[in-house]
Amino acid sequence: MFVKIIAILWKDILTEFRTREIIVSVFVFSLLVMVIFSFAFGTGVDITESIAPGILWVALTFGGVTGLNRIFAVEKENSRLEGLMLCPVDRAVIYWGKLTASFTFMLAVAIVVTPIFLALFNLPLFLPGLALIIVLASLGFAAVGTLFSALAVNTRARDIMLPILFLPVVVPVIIAAVKATAPVLAGRPWADMLIWLQILIAFDIIYMVVATLVFGFVVEE
Amino acid sequence: MNGRHTLRNSILLGLGFVLMMAALFMVFVYVPTEKHSGIVQRIFYFHVPVAWVSFLAFFVTFIASILYLWKREIKWDAVACASAEVGVIFTTLVLITGPIWAKPTWGIWWTWDARLTTSLVLWLIYLAYLLVRRLANEPTQGARHGAVIGIVGFIDVPIVFLTVNLWRTQHPTTIVFEGGLTTPMLLTLVVCIAAFTVLYILLVVQGAGLKSMEANIRYLKGAMQGE
Repeated sequence: MFVKIIAILWKDILTEFRTREIIVSVFVFSLLVMVIFSFAFGTGVDITESIAPGILWVALTFGGVTGLNRIFAVEKENSRLEGLMLCPVDRAVIYWGKLTASFTFMLAVAIVVTPIFLALFNLPLFLPGLALIIVLASLGFAAVGTLFSALAVNTRARDIMLPILFLPVVVPVIIAAVKATAPVLAGRPWADMLIWLQILIAFDIIYMVVATLVFGFVVEE
Repeated sequence: MNGRHTLRNSILLGLGFVLMMAALFMVFVYVPTEKHSGIVQRIFYFHVPVAWVSFLAFFVTFIASILYLWKREIKWDAVACASAEVGVIFTTLVLITGPIWAKPTWGIWWTWDARLTTSLVLWLIYLAYLLVRRLANEPTQGARHGAVIGIVGFIDVPIVFLTVNLWRTQHPTTIVFEGGLTTPMLLTLVVCIAAFTVLYILLVVQGAGLKSMEANIRYLKGAMQGE
């Protein structure tokens, strides 16, 4: 089963390398969101703790939802989705393959966007705490987003359907990520962010389990 | 619609009418005005039952969604959808009556308190639920997608509540009345909750019946066209 998941992941990575459809556009979009928000809020030294985490997470969330929209939208071309569904694997395997692909793409974008953000706000570049938050939050985004992306792709008005579905459900992830990022940026101890990390982990586990269970119903023909 | 259903609906309608009239009488005539917050406190007897019904409605949608995916019977989908529709209307009422009450009592229209924020997020999730159903390519797909959102969305409720509670710790512990509820107030509240619950059941029974009939008509149309 693990091999099959990796096969789907590898297929998506290979397609991405050849078409460069998702990562580059999401990266540019996230960067733009960050720049626009910086203009909207101004950039002073005093805003580091209050506004900077918000700007980072708005950029990663909106970038993430754009990328998640593509993860199944690309499969619509040339009936690739049907091909994927005809694979002799369990539907849960397809979910996990797509989940790992979304997760990988989100991390790939975050690895480039976050250092630029830190540099723009004159913050220290090496923050292991922030890396952990990004991994946990991206996993939560990918767990919910992959499910809803598969759902939205089959509806009318599919481009707007994913954000409408996705954003209210990931409210806990956004709150927890922002609240955990603030102490990291301010250089406060880990204890301050512990409770938020616990929420992120709980959210990730709950939604990975629930989405695995219901994914089959979403893609059913 | 057969005779048994008509009888059940008549009983529900009659019970709902009697309870609603009793509730109105108790709210405006029987219950004494609360001495600290004054006349505006009477909106409490509307706000709380409506909030209770909206949570009940989404819970019913959650259970009916699970049953639909499990049993694949169209009646469960009809119940889930009708309940979600009523839930969205009642949550809208909660979000309207809340600020009306909050402004004179707390001096603000809105605060990002756990209950308020959870209601708002719930409202947004179930608006998406109704949109997905409307924008589905065909009804059975809408039913499946709706059921998935009905499950995934409801699971979010405790997580959102917990997170917002931690996020905004200046939670006004909703001390609306010093010294708690007096017996007449409690009695009025109970009657109001009963009245709104019966109203909810009536609306869901009617709504689900309508949706089942729609599904039936679609089926018959399909059969007539020889599909």
